[in-house]
Amino acid sequence: MERRAYYRNRLLPWLLIAPQLILIFVFFYWPASQALYWAFTLEQAWGGGNVWVGFDNFRQVFGDARYWNTVMRSGLYALAATGISMTLALVLALFVDRSLRGTKIFQDVYIWPYAIAAPAAGVAFRFIFSPEAGLVGTLNGMWPGIWNPATNGAHALLMVIVCHAWLGIGYNFIFFLAALQMIPRSMFEAGAMDGAGPARRMIDLQLPLIAPTTFFLLIMNIISSFTDSFGLIDVMTEGGPVGSTEVMVYKIYFDGFRGLDYSGAAAQSIVLMLLVMALTFVQFKWIERRIHYA
Amino acid sequence: MTFTRLLAAALAASVSALTASPAFAASTKFEFWYGLSGDLGERVQEMCKRFNDSQNEYEIVCVGHDTYEATLQNTIAAFRANKQPAIAQIYDGGTLDLMLSGAYVPARELMEKNGHQIDWSNYFSGIASYYSTSQGELLSFPFNSSTAMIYYNTDALKKVGFEGLPETWEEVEQVARAMKGAGYDCPIAFDPTGVWQWFEQFSAIHNQPIATKGNGYEGLDAEVVFNKTKFVDQLTWLKKLHDEGLLVHKSKATGETSNAAFVNAKCQIVSSSIADHGTFAKQAVEGMNWEVAMLPIWAGTERKNSLVGGASLWTLKGKSDEEYKGAAAFYNFIAQPDQVEWWSTVTGYIPVTNTGFQAMKAKGFYDKAPYKGRELAIESLTYTPPTEYTRGIRLGNFTAIRKEMGDTIQQVLFQNVPVQEALDGAAERSNAVLRRFEKTYQGAQLN
Repeated sequence: MERRAYYRNRLLPWLLIAPQLILIFVFFYWPASQALYWAFTLEQAWGGGNVWVGFDNFRQVFGDARYWNTVMRSGLYALAATGISMTLALVLALFVDRSLRGTKIFQDVYIWPYAIAAPAAGVAFRFIFSPEAGLVGTLNGMWPGIWNPATNGAHALLMVIVCHAWLGIGYNFIFFLAALQMIPRSMFEAGAMDGAGPARRMIDLQLPLIAPTTFFLLIMNIISSFTDSFGLIDVMTEGGPVGSTEVMVYKIYFDGFRGLDYSGAAAQSIVLMLLVMALTFVQFKWIERRIHYA
Repeated sequence: MTFTRLLAAALAASVSALTASPAFAASTKFEFWYGLSGDLGERVQEMCKRFNDSQNEYEIVCVGHDTYEATLQNTIAAFRANKQPAIAQIYDGGTLDLMLSGAYVPARELMEKNGHQIDWSNYFSGIASYYSTSQGELLSFPFNSSTAMIYYNTDALKKVGFEGLPETWEEVEQVARAMKGAGYDCPIAFDPTGVWQWFEQFSAIHNQPIATKGNGYEGLDAEVVFNKTKFVDQLTWLKKLHDEGLLVHKSKATGETSNAAFVNAKCQIVSSSIADHGTFAKQAVEGMNWEVAMLPIWAGTERKNSLVGGASLWTLKGKSDEEYKGAAAFYNFIAQPDQVEWWSTVTGYIPVTNTGFQAMKAKGFYDKAPYKGRELAIESLTYTPPTEYTRGIRLGNFTAIRKEMGDTIQQVLFQNVPVQEALDGAAERSNAVLRRFEKTYQGAQLN
């Protein structure tokens, strides 16, 4: 049955949503429109004026081989960070859901990483992974040169991805756990009576039933790895060595704020925005169809 | 309960603010944003306090932004929102952007208008030229000025039997090899992001261009040429030393900076700013002996003056006459001989005027430890009158070019990209940055 409330006063609903609209306008639409304008001009850093250049900024961005590298890197980053984070969170949630000994404690402990600000975690991980002073650095004592994120780009990227994934585990864990606990126990018990073991019940019952949550988390994780990686990278590697941890959002920051190329950064922001929108659209269009909302 | 307590506290605070304010009522407040942190940041605060204590017409409010880059970014953002400070400390790399912005009040105009007599020729020409128009008019005030130096652990030099200090790169290579042989793991500490000392200063003292048009002083259409100068050989040489283990990568990314490795006596040679002289004296491990020297040159090269580093103070447009009066008074205050001496003593930055330097020299400031050696920075800066390529670097978005160079050095050292190929690539990308900058400011005149 559908229930709807109507307002007699036409003004009232607008007034009620006005605070939210104003916030969205001031903090999203207005800056976004500004960025859109800058993307088609060459903007002077100190605001002395600008010249209209049409699609020049986009042509330059797309014509730069380094830019494509950052796009590919961002994709890899998103897949790896999302994959690691969601898999581990799901495994942890499945165990906690089984009410093993100490569940109550783990339930709380696993959430903690989410409460840590990315830069703080970055500092800690930078120390852990530091080639000379860090904990992982002791590996270098045994096999000299085996681990060096300061000069080896692959090591540096791995280090940042691991940290990003670690930070996301808590968030994913809560959602997975909540979803698992919402599955009616009766369904589960029926399965058990029919002779399905824990593994079988997980594959045939739990995973399909939490699919909407998995889908939601997938979108949130991918978007977050495209847009929230900035703080972490800035603290851990500053995009280095030789740009090997430079993802799209970090390049925007560097070109815009440090390189003072506001227009180039604005064009890249537009590209990133479109990309994230497209990804979300694809996910809803193709993946959501296969998902059954209980 | 809590609420009433809060209310009471708020009331108390506002009452005390009310009663306190008459004391400041007569003074004009103006802001100064700076980018130094840690010990140096505290010294800036102390300087502000000294100014405020010296008079009661103006009150300077000094706000630290941690780094030069953050100061520049925040100042730009504030300027665009019309909330800029009267004075901002802007680093060397941000000079040209600001120069073309028209967002500043030229130093000479400010001082003349407010009735201060300044002998502009008193500034060391190598320092003034970095912040002047190509006609020589100083636009901002040199504030914390430094130049790159090389520091040697003299215990290690003694151990390998080297008399005095190496003066050429040949000698540096020789002692580094001897140190390695004597069991030192890290003869030279090298931070690849130290583009300023390893590339810019090298180019200046060997009189090598960084860009055409006199390093950009004569037009926005300058092009970088560092892929065709002696720096190609220098980078090849650095690579050779790195591969032999004579030059060791030390940076924030490895967990220990090159300066930290030097003061901990783990590395024996480091190149850094003269501004670190005081810090080294404080931090060097017990019993370690070290000395500072001018950057080495290649044998048979004629040494030129090195470039000034650090930052200068810009007066920004859009403030009241009263605030400008205060700013001018502040500049005048910090140029007084006793202030100059105090600032150089507590920081390691060099005096920027000839009289300032002579006064300190006459007092015997440079004769004994821990200040002995700092006069070499002045010698390095004033070694020759500035040439076309040693007066400074005037390239747009120079921070982006610095990053290209830092990446290039890392590519060569750590990823074995051939030197020429890496430098050509960096030059191409740097020129793209410059062309973009030129287009952004098309029609603007460099003066």
